[in-house]
Amino acid sequence: MAEIPILKIGDCLLVSIQVDMHDRLAMELQDHLTNRIVSEGARGVMIDISALEIVDSFIGRMLNNIAAMSRVLDAVTVVVGMRPAVAITLVELGLSLTGVRTALNVDKGMALIRKAIDDQGGTLGRREG
Amino acid sequence: MTKGGRLVVEKDETVAVSSSDDVVRVRQAVRARAVEAGFGIVDQTKLVTAASEIARNTVVYGGGGTLVIEIVREGARRGVQLTFSDNGPGIADLKAAMADGYTTGGGLGLGLSGAKRLSNEFSIESTPGKGTTVTLARWKL
Repeated sequence: MAEIPILKIGDCLLVSIQVDMHDRLAMELQDHLTNRIVSEGARGVMIDISALEIVDSFIGRMLNNIAAMSRVLDAVTVVVGMRPAVAITLVELGLSLTGVRTALNVDKGMALIRKAIDDQGGTLGRREG
Repeated sequence: MTKGGRLVVEKDETVAVSSSDDVVRVRQAVRARAVEAGFGIVDQTKLVTAASEIARNTVVYGGGGTLVIEIVREGARRGVQLTFSDNGPGIADLKAAMADGYTTGGGLGLGLSGAKRLSNEFSIESTPGKGTTVTLARWKL
């Protein structure tokens, strides 16, 4: 079965979700990513959702969980590339994604991760730029 | 859903909702009908997201069922109506089930309440032991 690739770039992991995820695939991604954070000693995780046409409560919960798990493993998670229609829908759905840092694109996401690592986990705003 | 004239069904389609893969197929089928009905991208996204929530409930709580997707017209306005039916255990406390944050399944408890907010019309009927039917509609603005 298809698996979502996790790429390592320096001390960061990059995931670009390019498929319409069924729930099992979302759960697998959550597990694989958590394992890779530990095995690679990653400090940052970037999840690109620019290809996702919807984020429902299940996918939203997955993003929340990944952010929470990476936080206790001393890594920073940034979700990048959310489409405007997805953002509007998420808010109306009632999902605030508290605890998930977001950035508009990959460049800004990487800058946010670098800054967070440099600050050694100091408090940051939720959106860079 | 009869205010302001007779509801005319222009097109209908039935989709099975019995597995996690079916939830993805539901999203694709609803998206296609929303595009066909002339919905803009935000309305498409809201309807597809609502459909995804209810389809998951049908699979997880209802033990699987069916979805009927209809492109409907009422007077001058056009919309998409979705009817999810299952023969599962039903919902004992509908009022609690509709509340934000209520869940018996370990989720976020936003499925029903969130789907209702994303729809222009929403109704749910459930008989314990018999099953649940959720009907929702979104109109082209």
